Amino acid sequence: MADPIHQFEIHNLFTLGHIGGQEIAFTNSALYMAVVVVGIAALLVGASSPRALVPGRMQSVAELSYEFVADTINSTTGKEGMKFFPFVFTIFMFVLFANVIGLIPYTFTVTTHIIITAALALTVFLTVIIYGFYRNGLKFFGLFVPHGIPIYILPLIVFIEVLSFLSRPISHSVRLFANMLAGHITLKVFASFITLLGGLGILGVAGATLPLALVVALTALELLVAFLQAYVFAILTCIYLNDAFHPGH
Amino acid sequence: MAEDTRGTSGNGGPSDEEAALSARLQRLRERLAHRKGVGRDDEPQSGPRSDPSAIARGFRLSTELVAGVLVGAFIGWALDKWLGISPWGMIVFLLLGFAAGVVNVIRAAGISGGPGQGSR
Repeated sequence: MADPIHQFEIHNLFTLGHIGGQEIAFTNSALYMAVVVVGIAALLVGASSPRALVPGRMQSVAELSYEFVADTINSTTGKEGMKFFPFVFTIFMFVLFANVIGLIPYTFTVTTHIIITAALALTVFLTVIIYGFYRNGLKFFGLFVPHGIPIYILPLIVFIEVLSFLSRPISHSVRLFANMLAGHITLKVFASFITLLGGLGILGVAGATLPLALVVALTALELLVAFLQAYVFAILTCIYLNDAFHPGH
Repeated sequence: MAEDTRGTSGNGGPSDEEAALSARLQRLRERLAHRKGVGRDDEPQSGPRSDPSAIARGFRLSTELVAGVLVGAFIGWALDKWLGISPWGMIVFLLLGFAAGVVNVIRAAGISGGPGQGSR
């Protein structure tokens, strides 16, 4: 049976150099991140270069992605959240492209490594904290003090709120990572059932149609999940950014 | 809805053609905005817009709870190690973390407002 974890292994493609005795290598993960960035740039720069009033197919896609993210930000944080449009758009497109490119057979899915999703989630987390303090000063601590709480249970509530705030980057990163990882492992396992059953003779081949149908269905589901998780990641980024704008709600 | 922020009609020159074009663009924008509103109402989902499907929603709720408990457990463990008060840090912070997880879930489900939700 094919090893379902093998697809997540990191290989060094070539070594860039050494920093303090630590090897800095260009890995397959880095390669696919570069592919993602090139893909996004190709879509956005290439598609919008005609600047047609009535957009063509590709320009339509680029404009739709803009409208989609802009709508998401507007509906969660309001107009002032558009300040963070480049940030949210970058995150959304990166996650979306990484997820979708990873669905192509023989490719590597960048978002199946928690270090990537955790780095993204921590970037959002630190952005919220830094911008929150920059914008609101010490009033940002109002985030941890809900209104209308009796004074004698307030310390307990503040502790819970702080813990809830600290748990955000974890749930934010684990959700994306676990979804992608689980999806790819499931696909791999069911796909290996096909070859296993297919080797069992005529009855096995008949039985192998079952996992084959399942793999087809799962691939469709994974495509949905790939998009959905990028969307969820972006909308949670917006919701968290909203706290930087309006603490103490 | 589509606000008039892109300013495609803002640079309309004195000529009639451009004025007519911008008027048509304006009409198109209004119709698009109208259609968008209609399309959104037609969608079968009834929850808030942050929950596009049941899978994502369910997964989000479970990770929220687990994340709260994990953070509580980690802080408790670190305090135990640091202050040598084992097992009290773990007990207290695991419970607090569980409470934080439940708060997260309630907020993610949109049952109550609060700091996580803010004004929409």
